[in-house]
Amino acid sequence: MYEIRLHSRGGQGGVTAAKLMALAAFRDGKYATAAPFYGAERRGAPIVSFIRIDDMPIKIYSQIHHPDLVVVLDPSIIDLVNVFEGLKSDGKVLINAPEVPEKAKSYNVRYVDLTDIALKTNLVVAGSPILNTPVIGALAKMGLFSRESASAAIKEMFSDERNLNAALMAYEELI
Amino acid sequence: MPGTSAKEYICKCTSACAGCSSSLILRHVLKAAGPDTVLVVPACCTSVLQGVWPNTAFNIPVYNVAFAAAAAVASGMAAAFEASGKDTNVIAYAGDGGTVDIGIQALSGALERGTNFLYICYDNEAYGNTGMQRSGSTPFGARTTTTPGGKIQEKKDLDRIIIAHNIPYMATACSAYPQDLVKKVQKALSIKGPKFLHVLAPCPPGWRYDASQTIELGKMAVKTGIWALYEREYDKLTINGPTKAAMIKPASLEDYLSMQGRFSGLTKEQVGIIRAGMERNLKMLKWEAERGC
Amino acid sequence: MLMVSTGNNAVAAAVRQANPAVVAAYPITPQTEIVEQIANFVSKGSLKAKYIPVESEHSAMAACIGASITGVRTFTATSSHGLLYMHEMVNWAAAARLPVVMANVNRALGPGWNVWAEHTDALQARDTGWLQVYVASVQEAYDATLMAFRIAEDRRVYLPVMVNLDGFTLSHITQQLDESRAGDFIPPLVLDHRIDPASPQGYGCMTSSADYFLIRHDIERSMRDSRAVIRETEDAFFKSFGRKYSWTEDYCFEDADVLIVSMGTLGKEAEVAVDILRKEGIKAGSMRVRWIRPFPDLDLKDRELVVIDRDYSFGFGGILASSIRAKTGKECYSVIAGLGGQEVTYDDIASFVRSRRIGTEFWFGVDA
Repeated sequence: MYEIRLHSRGGQGGVTAAKLMALAAFRDGKYATAAPFYGAERRGAPIVSFIRIDDMPIKIYSQIHHPDLVVVLDPSIIDLVNVFEGLKSDGKVLINAPEVPEKAKSYNVRYVDLTDIALKTNLVVAGSPILNTPVIGALAKMGLFSRESASAAIKEMFSDERNLNAALMAYEELI
Repeated sequence: MPGTSAKEYICKCTSACAGCSSSLILRHVLKAAGPDTVLVVPACCTSVLQGVWPNTAFNIPVYNVAFAAAAAVASGMAAAFEASGKDTNVIAYAGDGGTVDIGIQALSGALERGTNFLYICYDNEAYGNTGMQRSGSTPFGARTTTTPGGKIQEKKDLDRIIIAHNIPYMATACSAYPQDLVKKVQKALSIKGPKFLHVLAPCPPGWRYDASQTIELGKMAVKTGIWALYEREYDKLTINGPTKAAMIKPASLEDYLSMQGRFSGLTKEQVGIIRAGMERNLKMLKWEAERGC
Repeated sequence: MLMVSTGNNAVAAAVRQANPAVVAAYPITPQTEIVEQIANFVSKGSLKAKYIPVESEHSAMAACIGASITGVRTFTATSSHGLLYMHEMVNWAAAARLPVVMANVNRALGPGWNVWAEHTDALQARDTGWLQVYVASVQEAYDATLMAFRIAEDRRVYLPVMVNLDGFTLSHITQQLDESRAGDFIPPLVLDHRIDPASPQGYGCMTSSADYFLIRHDIERSMRDSRAVIRETEDAFFKSFGRKYSWTEDYCFEDADVLIVSMGTLGKEAEVAVDILRKEGIKAGSMRVRWIRPFPDLDLKDRELVVIDRDYSFGFGGILASSIRAKTGKECYSVIAGLGGQEVTYDDIASFVRSRRIGTEFWFGVDA
């Protein structure tokens, strides 16, 4: 089983990103679950989503304490929450950032500027850059699911092709 | 603000959204009311704003209660304070859902019995705490998660329901006019018996506008005439200045509506219905103020 | 159609398949997405139901009762305090013999306000005459909702059915869903006692002490008859859709020396604990109880029982543990865990089994 913990802020689409991940893994023929963990409805609050991918049916509903992968959609969360807590010793980190933040430097970090990609592809809604579809491209590049399944999942959930364009750009630009 | 406590009763650590009208309203309400105050809060955004046990962001006693019960709990509390000879302000502070829908039975009863308390309804025109579903207070044409095509019924006329109970003091207010709000809270708390404030509370995630525009939007609501500012002592009506001005030279209703994503896609016909409802209300107010019933 | 879905959306999708004529709707966390999704379906025309956005949960059930007695299919959803607020009408719907189906997303009771999973809300309604089933996956939420309509509407039953799913833990999790078309799996509703001006009757009128108990006995008679209907329906479901359901879902059951008994998603997590314990040489098994009303005959034999209650009856005990003790005479290790969404992992469950003391009660997070 592969366990991913995704950190975002309310309103950034982290919950949808988790669903997209589950859908992409499902389209790859895997079992997958995506579970958000939030308090009351509120924009801007840090939230966490737990994603599990496995070849067997997943029976675990409790939180992920030792993720294989930590995804950080908003780097400012790193100052509020220990996003690396419990990360497996061989675990990886994916951060939305133009460069590796100081606090992350001791980890195995991949990064890509999703915010910049969203702005470049005009993937902006009500003033906010959309990060949940581009991050799927970066995750596909990391091997979480196939590029085909990632694209299929995005197309299934979003008709606007800017989403797919941004994801493909993130796939290419992941460092 | 003159006449109010300089002390803050809401700490900076609330869980409010950016641009939240309710926390702004409550901040001024508490400054006007002072420390000898208990808030009775049913399920609503304010239940959440306080924060999570063991912390609270409010520096006065807050009694959290079930959704339907605010006015009834306040009734009991007010009676008990009276029996003990205490002057403590009892303020029920509820959203529109907990007032106009599930809370209306308790509210009507409390008003009819002459309960000595102040009920403040902060109206963000939907069920905010659960993610913006329609309430009876949602205006015609507004999109909510349970009215994806726009609400087909008109906004329930809470004010005239309150007026039917013939209480000593009732007023409307708006988060964008804090001095007016403070005056009305102080006026209310100086009177014995049931008092009611209906406060418009523009809500960024619910009405779908940028959080920085809460004040501007609140002012637009009053300037267009869609939200009237007035006071009543029993049946004596006083229309406040900004609404008198709006009756003479209203700001553009279309501008007010176009600032909000919840009204996107309104047809001309629908705007006409909103305008007609607004004009009917202002006409009734004007008629009553001129003739004095 | 194969897709991914949340528990709430799966319930809404099943409701769309069942095609009720009237849906009463009131929001409450964590059920709200059910009524929102149904609003979407109605708005887009994919469900032709009358959608009543009522002003409270008491009115939600009242509206369902008013609709149901005319002979049409009805549905509503609630949770926690909403279920409590409609408690009078929940009782009414059962005694009025109405096949209302309701999804209840299990959530803790306040004060303090807590929006996370706990079963006390629905278990407090166990005396009302409603049938109650507890699901543990998105697929099961869908399937149980479809079956609920068929069971409720069977002439031998004519009792309302509550489908329970864990708040947030199941309502908000995304898993795979086979959104099977219901086809003719749910026959059209024929309510023999429906209102008909051509054949006027009085409903629910004053009833004397000489007669009232007969009504109550009749409810119980149907509750007993519902056992056969549940069996038939779940068997028919397996034939039509290939997914098997029964009174319980058992895992490593046959040769188990110690059985973990629980409800809801904890019952799935328990299976992971079973795997861990088996590797240690402990012959553990898991029994996830699905039906609470009618309460099933449980085949427990000599096994030691570790019963996990995500609920409590003050001054008495865990409701599942108490029910098992009452029905079978068997003592158990009664674990109280998961209240208010308290996290319970497979490791925790395995430790309950290792440290079991039969005949005692253990409050997880409190007792040592």
